[in-house]
Amino acid sequence: MSVSLRSMAKDQKGVVVSVNVRGELGRRIRDMGLIPGTEFRIVGRAPLKDPVALRMKGFTITLRNNEADFITVKVEE
Amino acid sequence: MSDNFFVAVSGQPNCGKSTMFNALTGSTARVGNYPGITVDRTEGYYTNDGVSVHLVDLPGTYSLTSYSMEEVVARNVIVDEKPDVVINMLDATSLERSLYLAVQFMEIGVPVVLGLNMMDEVKKKGIRIDAQKLSKLIGVPVIECVARRGIGKDELMAAVQQVADKTKGKWTPVNISYGHDLDPAIDEMSALIKENEFMTDRYDPHWLAVKYLEEDEIVIKNGRESGPLYGQLEAIVKRVSEHVNKTLNTYPEAILADYRYGFINSILKQGVISREDNLRFDSSDKIDKVLTHKFMGPLIMFGVMYAMFYITFTFGAYPQGWVENGFGWISSTIGSLLPDGLLKSMLVSGVIDGVGAVMGFTPLILIMFAMLVFLEDLGYMARVAYMVDRVFRMFGLHGMSIMPFIMAGGLPGGCAVPGVMTCRTLRSPKERIATILTAPFMICGAKATAYIMLVGAFYPESATSVMFFLVLISWGLALCVGRLLRWTALKGESTPFVMELPPYRIPTLHGVAIHTWDRVWQYIKKAGTVILAISILMWALMTFPQLPPERVQAYDAQRTAVTAQSQNWDGSGEQKTTKLDEMISRINYSEGEEALKTSYAGRMSDFISPVTNLAGFPWQANISFIGAFAAKEVFVSTMSTAYSLGDEDPDNAATLSSKIAADPAWSPAVVWSVFIFMMVYVPCMVTVAVIIRETNWKWGLFSVFGSLGFGYALSVLIYQFGTLLGY
Repeated sequence: MSVSLRSMAKDQKGVVVSVNVRGELGRRIRDMGLIPGTEFRIVGRAPLKDPVALRMKGFTITLRNNEADFITVKVEE
Repeated sequence: MSDNFFVAVSGQPNCGKSTMFNALTGSTARVGNYPGITVDRTEGYYTNDGVSVHLVDLPGTYSLTSYSMEEVVARNVIVDEKPDVVINMLDATSLERSLYLAVQFMEIGVPVVLGLNMMDEVKKKGIRIDAQKLSKLIGVPVIECVARRGIGKDELMAAVQQVADKTKGKWTPVNISYGHDLDPAIDEMSALIKENEFMTDRYDPHWLAVKYLEEDEIVIKNGRESGPLYGQLEAIVKRVSEHVNKTLNTYPEAILADYRYGFINSILKQGVISREDNLRFDSSDKIDKVLTHKFMGPLIMFGVMYAMFYITFTFGAYPQGWVENGFGWISSTIGSLLPDGLLKSMLVSGVIDGVGAVMGFTPLILIMFAMLVFLEDLGYMARVAYMVDRVFRMFGLHGMSIMPFIMAGGLPGGCAVPGVMTCRTLRSPKERIATILTAPFMICGAKATAYIMLVGAFYPESATSVMFFLVLISWGLALCVGRLLRWTALKGESTPFVMELPPYRIPTLHGVAIHTWDRVWQYIKKAGTVILAISILMWALMTFPQLPPERVQAYDAQRTAVTAQSQNWDGSGEQKTTKLDEMISRINYSEGEEALKTSYAGRMSDFISPVTNLAGFPWQANISFIGAFAAKEVFVSTMSTAYSLGDEDPDNAATLSSKIAADPAWSPAVVWSVFIFMMVYVPCMVTVAVIIRETNWKWGLFSVFGSLGFGYALSVLIYQFGTLLGY
């Protein structure tokens, strides 16, 4: 089942299905290596629940919830 | 082949690129700025065995698009300055993403040497990387490095020389296949580009076609100026874009990225890399569990900030004192050597005191930057931005904006100069400028002295709470004006927060020292020259025109008369001397006051009084505000002169306070009008110089006149409403 990255809970793992945004934001996300097929794990959220931090391919990236909205993921059970 | 190459060092942020650059260039590294922008341009030389290589350190970028200043700079250096070789440092612990930049260099065609950095960490993590195989598959030399210990630097340069000898300046772009949807379009476009020689003097046709598909803003803009072919190219892009959107529900730029990563993966999967589960915990995650914890995180953050603040202003006070004493000594020496007169007055009051005030900040900036560079290199600043981003975003600012606010006096006693300079950590131009323009609202040390004097005069009972309230107002104003600016002059989407939380790494002493010194030196050089000009101007405004000779003579006559009279006074000799001194100094102050009122500054004060009367400023405050543009401390000393106290010591705020408290001109409405104006009206000239240096003249002027207008409007409102309500 594919959901938005925003809805994922801490410590959940997932795989990126698609990145549905172009322009600067889309490019930044892709430059970071967050492209379809990427496995990641939610490592935490900032004290006010936003932004969110993901661990993937040997590093950690953060993005805001409204940016995570553009990323569709398949959650691993 | 000559032994003098031009080599660019590049890499993604946090890959150890600058560490390697420093190891290669040693003490020859020098920082400048790219013209017109604040991205640092570091250059240096590597010499070994008669080989001399000129190196330039490109800003850290994840890719070579045209969104951020850093990316544009990196690309322009490659395209316009045509380095013989690019050294691309890679963080071997995240090899896949690191190669993304390398692939883009190879697509442009510049000869590349890869430096596989952090091989020690890779081995510790149990990951095995076959550098030789990678080199064979990707077709460029790959050198294993540990930049922190300088391992691999000579091998890198040997590889650079080999590559330079082999390529002899010829570029061979690597063409990656982008699949059956894009490849035909790329071929079609590059054929057209070649045929029409469309920007081919600068770019490779294939690369240009790819950039058109990526909808690269700069390429499209340059294309439109270069000839009629752009229409055809844009039509092809539109056609392809609609096609992939319909059939695959995606965009060409996404396909390009996917294929680049696909290309990288196909190489890595051929036995280049073998590793364990890469989503596992490492030590950075464990540290983050505490440092970004829901409750602990913010607490620790405030602790760290408070400590930085405390260290800067407590320990910085000593060297600051030495520098000031040094200038004081120079000032008194010159004062005693030169005869009284305008030249002496200008040198002492204008040049030495003005420049001395600026140089006094140098130790503070040095200490603060050393700590800031340390925290940044350590990886902590990214966590701070992560934690506070949500709050600052509501005001149109960025998580990183918190540091400049704190430094500028978010905890009173700071200073806007290092505060504005701290804004360099902000990557996005709009949020950065919004922060630069609002950080000076904070209550810096100089404003704090004026507030202490005024609060002491009017609210002696509740001084602490009034001060605290003022601090809250300064934060509120800064944040709200930030919001306002982002809605108006700095309108635009907030910059994406997609950001790496780099692993914690203890920075090298050498790196911290170099970075700190570079910034301090730039401050001394650039701010120093602007300040010199402004302080001479301020001196002139407060000195000319001088009192007419008959007035000076009249004061001289008064002094002579008093001295003569004193012979006939009653009392002991000592009492007489004390009384005489008192009378003389009273006359001196009267003369000073009259001189001040006669000077251009005084006349300006008179001239603007119809305007400032709307805000209710007493004339003493009026003239003090003019002087306080030079440095906010001047407010207190000018007030003390203006109130003609027989008190030589302008720091003696208590006496001044009581005098002001007794002046009926200061109604509560006036007091608060002055309070708020003082907070907002203009940054001091040192800060303005730094704002200009960090942005441009336009924003410097905007900062001066924008804050002036805003402060004035607030003060008028406060005074008029306050008076209306009977305060």
